Amino acid sequence: MTITRRNLLKMMGITALGTAFGKYLTARADSPVARVISKVFIENPRSQKNRSAQKVRLAMVIDLRKCVSDQGCTKCIDACNQAHNIPNFGNSKDAIKWIWKERYEDAFIDQENFYIKEEFKGKLVPVFCNNCDNPPCVEVCPTQATFKRDDGIVMMDWHRCIGCRYCMAACPYGSRSFNWRDPRPFISNINEDYPTRSAGVVEKCTWCDERVSQGLLPICVEACPEKALVFGNLNDPASEVRRLLKDNFSIRRKPGLGTSPEIYYLV
Amino acid sequence: MYDGGKIITGLLIFVCLFTSPFWYDISSKTAMEKPTPVLPANQKECVSTVSFMLSDHMELLNTWRYEVVREGKTYYTSPSGNNYKMRLTRTCLNCHSNSSEFCDRCHDYAGVNPYCWDCHNKTQNLAGK
Repeated sequence: MTITRRNLLKMMGITALGTAFGKYLTARADSPVARVISKVFIENPRSQKNRSAQKVRLAMVIDLRKCVSDQGCTKCIDACNQAHNIPNFGNSKDAIKWIWKERYEDAFIDQENFYIKEEFKGKLVPVFCNNCDNPPCVEVCPTQATFKRDDGIVMMDWHRCIGCRYCMAACPYGSRSFNWRDPRPFISNINEDYPTRSAGVVEKCTWCDERVSQGLLPICVEACPEKALVFGNLNDPASEVRRLLKDNFSIRRKPGLGTSPEIYYLV
Repeated sequence: MYDGGKIITGLLIFVCLFTSPFWYDISSKTAMEKPTPVLPANQKECVSTVSFMLSDHMELLNTWRYEVVREGKTYYTSPSGNNYKMRLTRTCLNCHSNSSEFCDRCHDYAGVNPYCWDCHNKTQNLAGK
């Protein structure tokens, strides 16, 4: 195809107009187009700018220096299992895990230091749902059965869960478990104040939303004999969690993935 | 009409068979009766008016579910101005303590099968707590 002088001039004119129009649309940073562009192309999900601007951003700080001293202690896990009617199917394949333990090296898999503190080497540390500030499970849930509350808790609406398990695939921490069978017969001591789940539903730790709504602390925080778990509002500069983070070195699980996990481990 | 007798006989048999449930129901002594749910003896008012609860209790429960799980609310204010905790086990069953004599009577009659109790606990032990 040959380009005539006339067509070339037409194309140049259209290009100039388009450029000018695009510039006009994006000239103001708060214009809708500019916002879409910055959301899609510019915003880095790892950037701290995207953190919840809510008044309350709940978070947990776990002092591992206190926690790892007693490797046999499962008080937080026991309290949680009892409070939330967590079944014991008797095999690890079907296990329902709200709080569980991982080896330090496995929990913090992207810590690159080969030589770590002797007190943590091979030790079991408690891991939870991180109630991420940028939760991938919420992103993929097709029914909005899992969603982020205004205070940051990543909540489960078990009524809505259709059991597709996308969230389990999306969660990089393995914090979600699936009920392959009706869990009721496998709950040894039922807490009648809390519902059970049914077959075909995904469940996870929700930081005791039922207690938080009443102004109580999560049951694991209360159960810890070492007071190694601290729970509070990260957006309140005077809170205990903020004080601990200010005074201590903390790490999070797989922060590089951009999920912004909200459990901070003091090491 | 060819084979008129056969056709009419066949039609009669068909109509009789097709309507047999109605004849059975009329003739049988165990005909379905209007359900009689057992109401709590010691309570005067529910969380809303009786007529509203009769027709819309499922909508109310659905709203409670939404507000508790998704909006983090706890209390419901009844038309008479009382506050109730939005909880199936603790609030509803506190008065309607026997679900098989209350819920199930109408649900069985209407042929509906809600799955509330798959997860929520039906318990007698929580009354008054």
